[in-house]
Amino acid sequence: MRDLARSDHPLPAKGADAVGLVNVTKRFPGVVAVDDVSLTVRAGEVHVLLGENGAGKSTIVGMLAGLQEPDNGHLTVGGGRVRLTSPSGSLEAGISTVFQHGMLVPTLTVFENLVLGDTWWHRPPRALVERRIAELQRDFGLDVPLDALTGELSLGQQQQIEIARALLRDSTVLILDEATSMLTPAGADELGARMRLLAGRGLAVIFITHKLSEAYRFGDRISVLKQGQFAGEIPPEELRGQTEVDAVEHMVRLMFGTGSAAPASRRATRAPGPVRLAVDALRTEGGAEVLALRDISLEVREGEVLGVAGIDGNGQKQLAEALAGQRPITQGSVLLDGTDLGRASVAERRRRGLRYLTDDRLSEGSVGAFPVSENTVLKEIGAPPFWTAGFERPGRIAAHARDLISTYAVRTPGEATPIGHLSGGNIQKVLLGRELTGDARVVVFNKPTYGLDMQNITASRKRMREIAEDGRAVLLISTDLDELIELADRIAVIVEGRIRGTLDNDGSGEMRLRIGRLMVGDLEAAS
Amino acid sequence: MSVAETLETGAEARAGTGRWRKLLVVTLGPIAAALMTSGLILLLFGINPLTYYGFVLQRGLLSGLGLEQTLTRMAPLLFLAAGLIVAFRAGIWNLGVDGQFLLGAVAAAALAPLMILWAPGWLTLLAGFALAGAVGALWSVLPALLRAYQGVNEIITTLMMTFLGVSLANVLVKLIFLDPGTTVPQTRTLPVADRLPRLFDTSISSGLILGLIAVLAVHVMMTRTAFGLKLRTVGANPHAAAHAGLSVPRLTMAVFALSAGFAGLAGAVDILGVQGNVRADWNPAFGLMVIPLVFLARFHGVGSIILIFFYSALLIGAESAARRVGVPQDFTLVLVANLLIFLGLAEYLDHRRKRTEG
Ligand SMILES: Nc1ncnc2c1ncn2[C@@H]1O[C@H](COP(=O)(O)OP(=O)(O)O)[C@@H](O)[C@H]1O
Ligand SMILES: [Mg+2]
Repeated sequence: MRDLARSDHPLPAKGADAVGLVNVTKRFPGVVAVDDVSLTVRAGEVHVLLGENGAGKSTIVGMLAGLQEPDNGHLTVGGGRVRLTSPSGSLEAGISTVFQHGMLVPTLTVFENLVLGDTWWHRPPRALVERRIAELQRDFGLDVPLDALTGELSLGQQQQIEIARALLRDSTVLILDEATSMLTPAGADELGARMRLLAGRGLAVIFITHKLSEAYRFGDRISVLKQGQFAGEIPPEELRGQTEVDAVEHMVRLMFGTGSAAPASRRATRAPGPVRLAVDALRTEGGAEVLALRDISLEVREGEVLGVAGIDGNGQKQLAEALAGQRPITQGSVLLDGTDLGRASVAERRRRGLRYLTDDRLSEGSVGAFPVSENTVLKEIGAPPFWTAGFERPGRIAAHARDLISTYAVRTPGEATPIGHLSGGNIQKVLLGRELTGDARVVVFNKPTYGLDMQNITASRKRMREIAEDGRAVLLISTDLDELIELADRIAVIVEGRIRGTLDNDGSGEMRLRIGRLMVGDLEAAS
Repeated sequence: MSVAETLETGAEARAGTGRWRKLLVVTLGPIAAALMTSGLILLLFGINPLTYYGFVLQRGLLSGLGLEQTLTRMAPLLFLAAGLIVAFRAGIWNLGVDGQFLLGAVAAAALAPLMILWAPGWLTLLAGFALAGAVGALWSVLPALLRAYQGVNEIITTLMMTFLGVSLANVLVKLIFLDPGTTVPQTRTLPVADRLPRLFDTSISSGLILGLIAVLAVHVMMTRTAFGLKLRTVGANPHAAAHAGLSVPRLTMAVFALSAGFAGLAGAVDILGVQGNVRADWNPAFGLMVIPLVFLARFHGVGSIILIFFYSALLIGAESAARRVGVPQDFTLVLVANLLIFLGLAEYLDHRRKRTEG
């Protein structure tokens, strides 16, 4: 930390430009993650970035942190045009980033983590660090036990250490990407108070959150992103003049209000048949890093698509896993065609027709080093006709795989190609084919189009439509509201492991707003 | 690389020239380089390397008796390879095979000489094998439980257990299964006539056949059966395995039991086939040598067999060559070390070439 020696540091005058984006565009294969965005973050302000999952917030953070560079446009620091080509370049420009998933080494002590970026031939300046940490403790109430093992601290404490590290570096800009999502409400309040203090000292703070009441209480200025584009801002004067309820409603409108009309190709809802999947008062156990599900109840009928909307990480994965049998349930029941699945194993549930398409194609859905053919039968190892008496029938597996490849239009050199060599969209097709093999009755999709390009997204949505039309029941978990509005008959909104409400999808332009209110607003604001 | 890949690419029936080039570059090249470097070292000691290599070849491969010894020596190595192939293909690094081997050997040596007094020969041998396999497997239970249910890295735990196992084997020989009839500390001895039968009119132990069967069976199991695919899935991606409904902890336990069981059988085949007893402080540390061989064969059964054959010949041949030309016994280790260094280097270069080309 070359800056450790400098204890009093020049901060730009309050209100001066700290960092900015000027007409910045960033593309990834198949998506424009950030689309011609201009943004100025001022010293002495907490600038809140809002937007749905996939709106482009983390991409902006990545560019400011030197992890990625803009394709078009440029960044500014202190009002001047800069290029941030590496994380160390970003740090040197005075920008410190606290990522959503901590970046501390758990096996090192707090002190060692704090001096980790220091020049390697210097002895860590213990006395200096102690003196400065004492200052931080006094000024900001930061709790930094220097000799504690980092991995043994709570998430809230670890975050304080990351903030302390940023302050030790004399940063002028502090970025917090979804920093409160893992904190308790009290922890989030503490962080908020700390952000206010830092802004008071003249730092520029960029704060990303999905909780609109936090945005109102801690933020000075609010910028909203929608599908990579700048969707509007609430400047300080306006924000202070509003009550919390009004401000939250304002934010919801900016985030979810549709300029465009409802998707033209909305699936026509037909009269749903009998109940296929019934979930009653389902609970799972939580932990330090997994949210518990609490009293989840829902029903999916034959021919119906039930959407589950929510900000990423509100229990969607746990719900899918509990249904698939991968996660033990502590209470409640899951009925498939009227029969309680009880403690049925993953394989048993699959055999009875409950299928689960995971959102994690690479590290859970497939074994990258195995050929496409083996991946198509990975959930039926040992079962006829692909195995007889425990021995593999390579011919039958290959024929089955070739069949699947042509039915689902998988682009691959052949069935013997390792599946890891395929693109995400093609892996997804293989997994979809695998889940629909045999007698699929209820299919659980978890973020089925996440990370796919437009062509594959369209193809996947068409598949899901067909599955429902074939009389199967579909549970579609997605963070993409347009996808849900296009496909679902009803949409349940999940927040912190609970279903906060279920809406009938009328396909109207109001749907996005109504879902959005349930997703991010307060309980009061939602009702 | 090397043998295994050469065999496997055979199936792809690519242009023959590529295969031969590959065999030359990544297998024969390093062997030649190792022979030359070791030869240079011999020259430094004033010994004609050709004489030395001549003796190695003569004794290990070309003389009838030497070849028989070479083939006999393969048996325990093959069983160890079988155990390692199961583990490595399932992504488990069981580096504790030496402890498992030695405890299996002691178990067989403790049981067989006493049991033969009242039981028929075939039953004694069978019981010796079964007990040795069970004891080997038992010695892996702790690392297995720690890995399967706590996620503790097995490299460290199996290595630690191997140190304990070697010491325990010694204690057992010196204190408990000591043969009261001799002054040297060793177990009772299974009479030569009651050991595994010889093959035909030779001195080759039939343990060779058992070892070959073990390696081939394991190879088929891992590549052709449902059980093998389950183990490989767990090894390649435990999350995908759990997602596919496999019980990762239970399969992990099974891998340890199989792998360590084979190591125990390796001990039994050496005792019941060749040694007849276990002497105190005996630890041939075969496992440490077989591990790199299995790696070089890319966990391929046939590849492992071929490499083990040449390695055995080297062991047998070098023993007598060293005596005849007057270099220390341990010169074998220099030769082996050179070989491993060059094979590793060739592998690295080949990998880099593939990446730049690919
Ligand atoms: N490294 C990447 N490769 C490809 N696509 C990406 C990458 N990072 C982000 N994206 C895509 O860019 C869009 C914006 O993502 P992100 O910035 O992470 O959104 P947010 O943080 O607002 O949820 C998404 O569609 C996402 O799939
Ligand atoms: Mg993000």
